[in-house]
Amino acid sequence: MNPREQIFDAVRNHLPAEKIDYPQIPVFQKTITELLPAFEERLLDAGATFFLPKDLREAQFLLEQQFGEASVICSATPDIKGNRDIRQVKNPHELADVDVGVIRARFGVAENGMVWLTEEDLVVNALGFLSQHLVILLKPTELVADMYDAYVKVSLEDTAYGCFMMGPSATADIGAVLVHGAQGARSLSVYLV
Amino acid sequence: MAAKRVDPAANAAAFIDQDDIHEPAHDRNLWAARMKRDAAAKAIPEWEDLRTIASLIKEHTLTHLDKYLEQFEANAIKRGAKVYWARDAAEHNQHVWNILNERKISSIIKSKSMLQEECGMTQFLETRGITVTESDLGERIQQLDNQPPSHIVMPAIHKTAADIAQIFSKAIGTDPNNTDPHYLNEAMRQDARKRFLEAGAGMTGANFAIAETGTFVVCTNEGNADIGAAVPRVHIASIGIEKILPKVEDLGVFIRLLSRSALGTLATQYTSHFSGPRKGGELHIIITDNGRSKRLGMDDFWHSLKCIRCGACMNTCPVYRRSGGLSYGATYSGPIGIILDPTFDESKYSELPYHSTLCGSCTEVCPVKIDISDQILRWRKVMAEKKFLPISRRLAFSAAGKIFERPNLFHGAETAASAALKITPHFLLYNRALNPWGRHRELPHFAKQTFREWFIQNKQQNQEDKQQP
Ligand code: SF4
Repeated sequence: MNPREQIFDAVRNHLPAEKIDYPQIPVFQKTITELLPAFEERLLDAGATFFLPKDLREAQFLLEQQFGEASVICSATPDIKGNRDIRQVKNPHELADVDVGVIRARFGVAENGMVWLTEEDLVVNALGFLSQHLVILLKPTELVADMYDAYVKVSLEDTAYGCFMMGPSATADIGAVLVHGAQGARSLSVYLV
Repeated sequence: MAAKRVDPAANAAAFIDQDDIHEPAHDRNLWAARMKRDAAAKAIPEWEDLRTIASLIKEHTLTHLDKYLEQFEANAIKRGAKVYWARDAAEHNQHVWNILNERKISSIIKSKSMLQEECGMTQFLETRGITVTESDLGERIQQLDNQPPSHIVMPAIHKTAADIAQIFSKAIGTDPNNTDPHYLNEAMRQDARKRFLEAGAGMTGANFAIAETGTFVVCTNEGNADIGAAVPRVHIASIGIEKILPKVEDLGVFIRLLSRSALGTLATQYTSHFSGPRKGGELHIIITDNGRSKRLGMDDFWHSLKCIRCGACMNTCPVYRRSGGLSYGATYSGPIGIILDPTFDESKYSELPYHSTLCGSCTEVCPVKIDISDQILRWRKVMAEKKFLPISRRLAFSAAGKIFERPNLFHGAETAASAALKITPHFLLYNRALNPWGRHRELPHFAKQTFREWFIQNKQQNQEDKQQP
């Protein structure tokens, strides 16, 4: 018997006699009624910031204002122009010097301020993690109330990688003090546009 | 050769006695996490229902584990992952080594994985010339200090910023007198960045594995697991057989519970879903047993397999908070450690079940409703039956210990002394002649119920749970 069969054997021999049924998950009463204000508040709690540009032109202008010092801006969305073409990136290491990564998220979660990003949105996954700062574009209408609704929408069948990102990278590993920018992005700005 | 028995009470005494800074800070920080957890739980009206559902989903999965493991494997393969099976730590480590060796990879970056910790993987790889870098900040601190993690969520919580400044000054040349967490974090960020870029493989664990899609989920606050998975070409994930959940929608329940229970935050900053390799990458999944199937067959203890490693039971435990996690001398510490560690080595960990007041607070906060303090009590019975002789230091606990070894006695003892619960902490805390626990301490925070009340209510609750459709 190979190890796989031995493990299955051991599991089957040790299964508890009493079988427990899969529980009914009730539809819980929604506590959030106004999604956008709740989402905005949770973004701030998570250490993110948000902006409400009128249109994509204004968003582009905002980006230049917010990150005037940035030398490398890499955008994974056609809605915003950067100066590093992500479609030309062959190897994630080429993104090591990115100052600002720009990505359009599929949807946000009002309960906690998360945004959902897939491999298709990131184009190169490392953009979401090597960039010093992140700008996330999100249509303010693309919001769900909570994690139950969020998991109905993720469609994991269609992507090799998907991430709920809730604000910038954070740690409290030194003296239990909250610090942003542990390994991933130092800041995360959501442009609701 | 039998491993030396761990003496948690003596280790705890040393932790408390080292100075007036570490133990109070440790206690304070963990209690703060517990308070944040309470606030987060209270904000969700269905919190208690969620705990029940999560518990039942886990029990359902574990009682049908063979079926779900097969399903997960088939789907993960369909998604393009390579799946390996490991019966124990040695096989797990061998798989990792083979993958690295075949690809001539000499340095890896890893995120936190208690399973890899269990397997002693880092040491195994290091003796074979692989450079292993922990990417979680807390784990990295522990690695540089040659210590295992002391807490499953906050690995270096027993250290102060001043301790860390010393460690970093030696390891990466920071100013030993600068204890600013922002400064220290920034220095480590710069150092880790290079290592991420040099690594030939990124290793992660998994918080959940979804049978329905062959996906596994990794939760971090730093994004370190994601960098490890996104930058090097090879991603290796170690997954214990008990991590399986049947469906994607189950995550709606578990993600809501996990970080709220752990740190009182609404979620971790990153909740990442891996279904097959990323574009241009390789994904290797090592499904590992390492004692779990045996645990599944232990009538009294298999519920411990429901654990989602949130650490809430540690944060709330009055003994853990004052002992520091390293006192348990094991991969897992705190209440969950007490019930897991003896399944690896009964003799070595025979004292752990006595390192508890049985106050029941762990059971109250556990998001998957593991009957932790019941199990601790049952482990005492096992240890008593196997005649593991107590180490003298257990003195501090012995009166309570005797009572709890004979459960039928404690109802009487409780009434007589207005709750056995209160006896134990007095023993622990106020008898300075016996032990150092009593130093300048107010009473720790106990469950509002007595153990007996809790015990009875919990029994009823369990029956109700089982009746639910
Ligand atoms: S036993 Fe429960 S409370 Fe403790 S770490 Fe596991 S899930 Fe969390």
